[in-house]
Amino acid sequence: MIAEAGLAALWLATGLAAFQFLLMILALRSEVEVTRAMRAVGVAQGTLTLVAFTMLLLVFARSDMSVALVFANSHSAKPFVYKVAGAWGNHEGSMLMWVTILAVAGAFVALFSKRTSERTLIAGLGSQAILALGFYAFLLIASNPFARLNPAPLDGEGLNPLLQDPGLAFHPPTLYLGYVGLSVAFSLAVGALLTGEVDSRLARAMRPWVLGAWVLLTLGITAGSYWAYYELGWGGYWFWDPVENASLMPWLAATALLHSINVLAARGALKAWTMMLAVIAFSMSMVGTFLVRSGILTSVHAFAIDPERGTFLLALLALYVGAAFILFALRGATLREGAPFELVSRESGLVINNLILSVILGIVFLGTLYPLFVEAVSGEKLSVGAPYFDAVAGPLALILALLVAIGPLLSWRREQRPVLGQLKLPALLGASALVITIIVAPGMTILPRLGFTVATFLAAGSVLPLVVRNPLRAPLATWGMVIAHFGIAVTLGGMAANAAFTSERLSVAKPGEILNVGPWLITLKDVTPTAGKNWTAIEGELRASRAGPAITLKPQTRYFSNPPTETNEAAIETFWNGQLYTVIGKPDASGAWQLRLWWKPFVTLIWAGGVLIAMGGALALLGRLSRLKRRAGASAEWRKARYA
Amino acid sequence: MAQGALRMSRRLRFAPLALLALVIAALIWRLATPGDSNVHSRLEGQPVPQFVLAGAMPGKAALSSSDLATGHPRLVNIFASWCVPCITEVRVLQQLKSQGVIVDGVAVRDRPADVAQFLARNGDPYERIGSDPQSRLQIALGASGVPESFVVDGMGIIRYQHIGPIEESDVSTILAKLHEAK
Repeated sequence: MIAEAGLAALWLATGLAAFQFLLMILALRSEVEVTRAMRAVGVAQGTLTLVAFTMLLLVFARSDMSVALVFANSHSAKPFVYKVAGAWGNHEGSMLMWVTILAVAGAFVALFSKRTSERTLIAGLGSQAILALGFYAFLLIASNPFARLNPAPLDGEGLNPLLQDPGLAFHPPTLYLGYVGLSVAFSLAVGALLTGEVDSRLARAMRPWVLGAWVLLTLGITAGSYWAYYELGWGGYWFWDPVENASLMPWLAATALLHSINVLAARGALKAWTMMLAVIAFSMSMVGTFLVRSGILTSVHAFAIDPERGTFLLALLALYVGAAFILFALRGATLREGAPFELVSRESGLVINNLILSVILGIVFLGTLYPLFVEAVSGEKLSVGAPYFDAVAGPLALILALLVAIGPLLSWRREQRPVLGQLKLPALLGASALVITIIVAPGMTILPRLGFTVATFLAAGSVLPLVVRNPLRAPLATWGMVIAHFGIAVTLGGMAANAAFTSERLSVAKPGEILNVGPWLITLKDVTPTAGKNWTAIEGELRASRAGPAITLKPQTRYFSNPPTETNEAAIETFWNGQLYTVIGKPDASGAWQLRLWWKPFVTLIWAGGVLIAMGGALALLGRLSRLKRRAGASAEWRKARYA
Repeated sequence: MAQGALRMSRRLRFAPLALLALVIAALIWRLATPGDSNVHSRLEGQPVPQFVLAGAMPGKAALSSSDLATGHPRLVNIFASWCVPCITEVRVLQQLKSQGVIVDGVAVRDRPADVAQFLARNGDPYERIGSDPQSRLQIALGASGVPESFVVDGMGIIRYQHIGPIEESDVSTILAKLHEAK
């Protein structure tokens, strides 16, 4: 019954979405008053979809094997957490989660948005409804998550063991919230293009959504990067895998949008550009969803290719993005740009930020799809890997990071003060970092060396906006910006340290043998079999010692029976100054074991920086929301006083 | 001024649409012609590059490109004593040898004593073994890893490239390719 209830809720939500879209057309063509009806329908639609998703969680939690999806992706022996997480560890479930977030976000807009004009709100809610409608149709026609099996099988087929990890319970939902949170910016932009009301009120209405989505995307990417790092056992934090790129592209667009939206909110400028970015950011989310779910590009996220689903998703993508681009092309020209600004100004700084981010986005987009274009044209197979992305995007990212220290110091409209003077100390520190790397590690390659230099400069420069005024009286949004920019410096430093100082040792060893990696002496003490709830493993016992007392690491190779798969569980020990990363592989005929050992100084800074960036965004969001609330409260009181 | 950088002309506003159309076309093409995930060797049909390798261990004949043009198809196996999958592969190679296949070896980045120990422990299917200490031949042959094997016909032309260890299940394919190469 639970599955049928979920399906029914999904059908009802579909009907409501269609109704919501019709209401918008009605409202835009005539002066009918539909705002209240629109809000109610939006909330009901979101609630029904949430009900459908809850039903899916329930059938997974209860291991109801008569539901085809549970049978294919779960097993009664699985730990409870992974049973529930299994609900979105597959195509149908994750698409339902996707559309649930879309509809619930729409419901929140319907409930709380009071900043835009009514017509723009209606147009925006209508756009959100037509977005949802397409994905409901996709679920109901091509990916029904509630299909039954008759007779019900005794037990399920299991879940990919790589996904049986706490990372899974957290990583996809976070990324999805980020992806789909951008849909609100898309819908509001489309709505504003329809009504022609692109102004600072719209920017203020969009900003919390963009900030929130961006925070979650940042966290999702950071978590995904760490997950790949410890679960795949390759010791790398970013592989330029197409699916990783699929998450990076919306982030890049959202980062640019986040900055240009401030120009629109504060100065009423960059109207067309900001609308363009809002459309592109969510388009990139849809492209990402398409790439992942269609399995069209070869990737470690190996999902099966399904031409029917791929075609359906591609049609939705073409329809929505195409319609938004056409609207932009037709209406964008009618937008009047706001207040002008001088060459040296905060606005110009943000324009440069946007240009560099857009170029990096273009590079990643091109690199991800280039193999496809080449094969379509010439039939030749090739792959674009880290060397291209590092060489092309790396220097641009460094330039951007350098400018991040300067931009926030500029004032709006026109900068007349000698701003560069404030940067003397950061510049001095950056130069010393450069000199130190030349003395300490003369053989270091150019990118890590510049990475250290820029990271030091930015770390010192990013805090200036707080230092030059009273930090306690600075708005929360400024604190957020400073923390996020400081986080960039931290991540950059971690990447440079990882690239420059990582020691690697690939070797075979028999129990009792001693190997060294970096400053560590590592003894293979023993190799023993062990077992967990649904796996068995070979576990190595490594004793690692440096100056202090020895520590023990226990890397495993795990064998899962349902489905039969093998994974490497790296044993990682974190210290304040780096991570010791160990993987055990296969034995050879003489009883020696393959060992992969890495000493990675300061590698943790990469993810610590990511968390800082997200925290900064969250703080800025908090600041914006509390300020809006205060302003709303103030105006209510003013109205009360006036009409009393 | 700086604003101009982001102010788009009317024609430029249609650029995203054109780009979208291009991307959609490429994606439709991909959906319509599902990709062949096998990488085909570029060297199939090409002559073996000229090479002269020293012997990989005492008491074993060395290998050069002229040895591969003697009128009989041969299987050239790239291996190494430090390569774990090669251990299981050697058994399959011996099976091939017992069925009359001539197997030659190229020991990559190896030491004579290690090669001798490897063969003493795991068995020796090889007619000749050349030593490739700098991976020069490996790279010239377009082999990306160890082990890999090449079916070379009696004229010194590469007929087939097998990536990864030859397993029991591959024996029939290899025998068929060797037969075709006659």
